[in-house]
Amino acid sequence: MARSPFPKKISDSHKRVDLIFSELPTEKTLQKIIKMTPDRIIRDITDSGLRGRGGAGFPTGRKWTYAREAEGDEKYIICNADEGEPGTFKDREILDRRSGKVFLGMAIAAKAVGANRGFIYLRGEYSYMAKDLLGEIDEFNKLLTSKSVDFKIELRLGAGAYVCGEETALIESMEGHRGEARNKPPFPATVGFRGKPTVVNNVETLVYATMIISIGPKKFEELGTKYSHGAKVFCISGDAGLKGMFELELGMKTDEFVNIFGDGATKAVQVGGASGQCVPRKKFKDTILGFEGVPTGGSMMLFNSSRSMYNVLKNYLEFFTEESCGQCTPCRVGCQQLLRGIEAVKTGRLPNTYLDDLIRVAKTMRITAKCGLGQSVANPFISIVDNFREEMMHF
Amino acid sequence: MGGMINLKINDIPISIEEGASILDAAKKINIQIPTLCHHDDLCVAGNCRVCVVEQAGMKTLPTACSTPVTEGMEILTNTPRVLGCRRTIIELLLSEHNVDCPHCYRNVNCELQGLAEEYSVDNPKLISLVTDESVEISSPSIRKDSSRCIRCQRCVRTCAELQHVTALCVANRGAEMKISTFMDRPMDQVVCTSCGQCINRCPTGALVEHNYIAEIWDHLGDPDKYLVVQTAPAVRVGLGEMLGFDPGTRVTGKMVTALRMIGFDAVFDTNFTADLTIMEEGTELLLRLKKALLDKKPVALPLLTSCSPGWIKYIEHEHHSLLDNLSTCKSPQQMFGPLAKTYYAEKAGIDPAGMIVVSIMPCTAKKFEANRPEMKVSGYKDVDYVLTTREFGRMIKQAGLDFKNLEDSKCDSILGKHTGAGVIFGATGGVAEAALRTVYEIITGREVPFKNLNITAVRGMEGVREASIKIEDCVDDWKFLEGVSLKVAIAHGLANARMLMKQVEKGESPYHFIEVMACPGGCLGGGGQPIPTNREIREKRAKAIYEEDESLELRKSHENPEVQKLYEEFLGKPGGRRSHELLHTSYTARS
Ligand SMILES: Cc1cc2nc3c(=O)[nH]c(=O)nc-3n(C[C@H](O)[C@H](O)[C@H](O)COP(=O)(O)O)c2cc1C
Ligand code: SF4
Ligand code: FES
Repeated sequence: MARSPFPKKISDSHKRVDLIFSELPTEKTLQKIIKMTPDRIIRDITDSGLRGRGGAGFPTGRKWTYAREAEGDEKYIICNADEGEPGTFKDREILDRRSGKVFLGMAIAAKAVGANRGFIYLRGEYSYMAKDLLGEIDEFNKLLTSKSVDFKIELRLGAGAYVCGEETALIESMEGHRGEARNKPPFPATVGFRGKPTVVNNVETLVYATMIISIGPKKFEELGTKYSHGAKVFCISGDAGLKGMFELELGMKTDEFVNIFGDGATKAVQVGGASGQCVPRKKFKDTILGFEGVPTGGSMMLFNSSRSMYNVLKNYLEFFTEESCGQCTPCRVGCQQLLRGIEAVKTGRLPNTYLDDLIRVAKTMRITAKCGLGQSVANPFISIVDNFREEMMHF
Repeated sequence: MGGMINLKINDIPISIEEGASILDAAKKINIQIPTLCHHDDLCVAGNCRVCVVEQAGMKTLPTACSTPVTEGMEILTNTPRVLGCRRTIIELLLSEHNVDCPHCYRNVNCELQGLAEEYSVDNPKLISLVTDESVEISSPSIRKDSSRCIRCQRCVRTCAELQHVTALCVANRGAEMKISTFMDRPMDQVVCTSCGQCINRCPTGALVEHNYIAEIWDHLGDPDKYLVVQTAPAVRVGLGEMLGFDPGTRVTGKMVTALRMIGFDAVFDTNFTADLTIMEEGTELLLRLKKALLDKKPVALPLLTSCSPGWIKYIEHEHHSLLDNLSTCKSPQQMFGPLAKTYYAEKAGIDPAGMIVVSIMPCTAKKFEANRPEMKVSGYKDVDYVLTTREFGRMIKQAGLDFKNLEDSKCDSILGKHTGAGVIFGATGGVAEAALRTVYEIITGREVPFKNLNITAVRGMEGVREASIKIEDCVDDWKFLEGVSLKVAIAHGLANARMLMKQVEKGESPYHFIEVMACPGGCLGGGGQPIPTNREIREKRAKAIYEEDESLELRKSHENPEVQKLYEEFLGKPGGRRSHELLHTSYTARS
């Protein structure tokens, strides 16, 4: 993939970081891991303040602690490489260029929780990568064996369902069932793959774990803000002056971000993909890109004034209507209602006050849907309808 | 497990076993939380979401059915947020449901309708998502109307968990998600056993029996037709539930009166042919034992009962190598049909061509059975129509009968007299018990050695049960059975039957006789019984069955005087040529 050179604006920015794609000697790092105790690993990861980079932002140290404390004759590490969120394309690049650091992250997690099998769940559309990846996995497994590390990584392919990125649906899919979310609790850290304690982490999270072990937790912790430590890879698309992948410190203000990446006419940024929040121009100044503001799993879509936010929302709702697993009422029916509803308002078949009924539906979905898919539909819906209400009727 | 968990629901402290759900805990303090996808017989799904409650410290609302209680948990069940969300969820369900209640077979007995009423969802605000209103009617037993389906998957779980059949499954996702069959085939072209358990658990009218009420009224109004009716044992302990009685009330006498008042010309009892079944099947068992133990010839054992047509269709699909183990006896319903159209028609001087035999059954599979092509040995269709208990209950309402105040009356002779052994056919274990009462007496000349003839070991609701009776002091004809322990096993629900069949297939089955009923609890929990049916209700119906047994003077099939007379006048002896022509059948391997 051709990568655009950094323009002046960003190369000067103190926000730029180079952890994810930096080179790291695999064997040497592994040696270091071998010498560490599980307690030490968990302490380092906890101290670093690392939170999941897959979207939900769960503190990684805490997740590993739960899995470590959970009882099970077998435990598993799953690397979530389903990368289904619209506008996200970082995990593919990471696996392509720095798979060794991903494997190391899995080995670290395995050591921390006491797992001896790991799986990489690769998005179905990325199956073209499988051959190379298998070779690399094989090599890594051999390295592990040569160091007498009782851990082995395997590859599993998804089949193209967005919901299978949700960790329990992913596990169901790995077990050969319909890709549908499970009831939680129990969470995978205690009852996961085949009913055993299972850590599911995003590709990027695992690479940061590797880097934290490599450079020490303090250097990572110092990056970012009080609530959003470290950095993350941003995937920039849409009406952007500068597109592609950039690793930046967390905690940037949206206006700063738009200044660097916008095309000069940015009216909204969709932060976190279809399931994320839409930040309108008037809120750029006050919105922090991080866990204390609007978090993102990486996807940053910019829209300029030529775009109809009705079309943007409609497109997202079509996506959710199709990708909902369909088992729970709020999501299955709610998505259809939201989509049909904005269409009806647009064509004038229903009055614009119907949008308020739809917001009530979306709010119900947010707190009653079974999994994150249905729960997060309210994010784009409410933020777009609230901020671009006129466009729902007229643009 | 085993510890107690303390929590608060609406500020009321409560202590409950670890592993219990919020729903269980609420029930314990008399707080009802609405449910739709939840059913006591099935595993937790947590997909309808109407049971949401508020939990202190949580942003989202957990579902009461699927969330286990934890120490110190604080739950609120009636906050504005909870009530508002439930109402919205019900509205969402109504928007994908064909809200055409007056035309629905489940009108006023629909859980969704009930919730809509409770939550005052009056004017439908959301856009209706119903497009296809076509009804799948290929099965003679089950109608599937997807426009009324709310995707709770109770049917799918019933078919998979209780029956291990998986004729119904979930297809597609998102807006296209639906309850389907293998490759979306019509119901009559899949492994559906017609047991109707899915109907019994459907909260709405998406799955209902193929009903024949209108046809029956037409025939009743036709002076050229002579309508003969038989009622299965389990009907009398379930019917009352539809007509104002508590579960477990026996309404035998009123039922007979109602049938007469509705206009049936002759009112008989399937219990009569249940007794007859024992004579035929008992003889068959003894002959097989003789062949195996005395003649040392190869013969298929254990003998498997054949009175449950859902079970028959299941084994025809799933265990081809065991078809020889099935008793060749027809079900009591199908023994009744040809006898009515031959023996009774002759005695009563009625032209069988104008005779309509109607069965009232707790069962939907019997609709399929009556339509099997081989069931025409009388020269006519042996049983013309099968109505479920539910259809019959509805006819009683349509006829305007004040059922609660009807006088009791008795069945007509000569296909109406029955013993307690026939009655217990309605409960799981009943056929085995009835068979033992008769077979043991034939072999030893003595009554079964159980207090009051009650063979309690074969009773109950355990999925698989077994019993054995040691045979001693045989009469001369059966000396070869001296010292043998006669072993029987009982399974109800096809998932349980499957376990026993796996054992038989491997040649590891220690039993001589296995009773299988397709439905949980036996016929009293049949797919045609009043809705709801659950464990508690099944237990009450079972209790009523055994009370009915004890209330009768005759409790052993071979003592039924009308059955004896039938043999004398018409059939000859059990297992004889005429019996074989009319009362026995053969089976078809199905893919
Ligand atoms: C609908 C849906 C899709 C998701 N897709 C992904 C995905 O593609 N990749 C991912 O890492 N996490 C995804 N997640 C989040 C996972 O459920 C889970 O939180 C994450 O893998 C945990 O890893 P982390 O803690 O390292 O972020 C998704 C969640 C939902 C609800
Ligand atoms: S929220 Fe959507 S995707 Fe998640 S369980 Fe419910 S229907 Fe399935
Ligand atoms: S009854 Fe709890 S989710 Fe359906």
